[in-house]
Amino acid sequence: MYGGGYIYDDPNRSRQQEEQLVDDPVKLAAFEARITRGEKIEPGDWMPAEYRRQLIRLIEQHAHSEVIGALPEGTWITRAPGFKRKLALIAKVQDEIGHGQLLYNAAETLGKSREAMINDLLSGKSKYSNVFNYPAETWADVTVIGFLIDAAAIVNQVANSKGSYGPYCRALERICYEESFHLKQGHDAFIELATGTPAQKAILQDALNRWWQPIMHFFGPPDKVSSHSEKLMQWKVKMASNDDMRNQFLDAYVPKIWELGLTLPDPSLKKDKETGKWEYSDPDWELFFEVIKGNGPCNKERLNVRKWAEEHGRWIRKALMREDERARTALPVA
Amino acid sequence: MNESLDPRVNRLRLNNSDGSFTIEEGENWNVFEVFHQEKRGAHHEHVGCVHAPDANLALIFAKEQFGRRKKCVNLWVVRSADILAFDLEDEDMFANNPDKTYRDASGFKVMEKINKFKAQSK
Repeated sequence: MYGGGYIYDDPNRSRQQEEQLVDDPVKLAAFEARITRGEKIEPGDWMPAEYRRQLIRLIEQHAHSEVIGALPEGTWITRAPGFKRKLALIAKVQDEIGHGQLLYNAAETLGKSREAMINDLLSGKSKYSNVFNYPAETWADVTVIGFLIDAAAIVNQVANSKGSYGPYCRALERICYEESFHLKQGHDAFIELATGTPAQKAILQDALNRWWQPIMHFFGPPDKVSSHSEKLMQWKVKMASNDDMRNQFLDAYVPKIWELGLTLPDPSLKKDKETGKWEYSDPDWELFFEVIKGNGPCNKERLNVRKWAEEHGRWIRKALMREDERARTALPVA
Repeated sequence: MNESLDPRVNRLRLNNSDGSFTIEEGENWNVFEVFHQEKRGAHHEHVGCVHAPDANLALIFAKEQFGRRKKCVNLWVVRSADILAFDLEDEDMFANNPDKTYRDASGFKVMEKINKFKAQSK
């Protein structure tokens, strides 16, 4: 999927490991021309240092989000209502971890080792999606996550799958394929609660009210505040602006929520017929940045669980690594 | 005291753990490339990679990652570092020589000869 195992190979490891402080202007022009022609950039290819840096950051954060995102949902595996829902949730959580693996591999092709990425996650240096720093308090929360957060993730992933870095695009293609199952099972559980007993409707509405703000946060700050550079758009690292993605999400999913007789906790939410854009009240962006900084309700808990898994899994990782394989440990990547 | 909803946190009292923890380089095993075969007799196609401590476990991980959705009859794994390939910068040596038309079906103009023969024998 990432193409070219030879990039891991010691004698063949390309010279790009050497620090590239200044981009060669001739190579840069050729690189930009390739992107303009719609070509994909592959692991061994020359790329500007900033392109490499931004892509590592992006793919790594995405990988962390998949793995950490499994935690609030995983919490409910033991308490899922019914055997079928439990099986579906187990399958979904397994997928998310698998997505994390695919993405870590894609990020590794850019030259950062998996160990370094996990260490940066555990130390708090690398971020992951903010929504996973809130607790899943009831089964309805899992339902809202399974339907709406996954829907939001798909909007983002479909956009990114048209980006310029080959390994990331190929990983996302596979991820989107599996993600469509997640969306379906989330939507199914959502409808079941929405069309159920008054108590079921009530917990769903309650969960929706609590999750609406994190969902609005999902695509990041408004374009007028966000610092994404034109360069990243031109290099096809960032594929759509935050506001555009948010609008696309609202377009597709707000009608699906309203048709079930549910409400959203924003009185100014409505679509402007003329512009085709949604109007909404700004969610609390200060809270958004506070949670990014690590002060959300579950930041510490999520990292502690992740840290525990690494720390207590070490003995088995070591026990499984055969002596001769250990001696042949390959340094991953370009 | 501990209000977490995660059973692991309560059971393991994780909220108390605060120490830092670092993974050693190479601790997460080797990378293996995975090749997926859709039906018997088909080519094995490269679909991605897994991290595994050895080839046998790489097969098991590959089954979990790549064999659980689409049709699959077999998988191959090979350690990424064992693959030998040309340098990407030497790509131009694969350029085709357009003069060597004798290696190509389009290099044989039989109809021209047949038509010429037919014209002559009239």
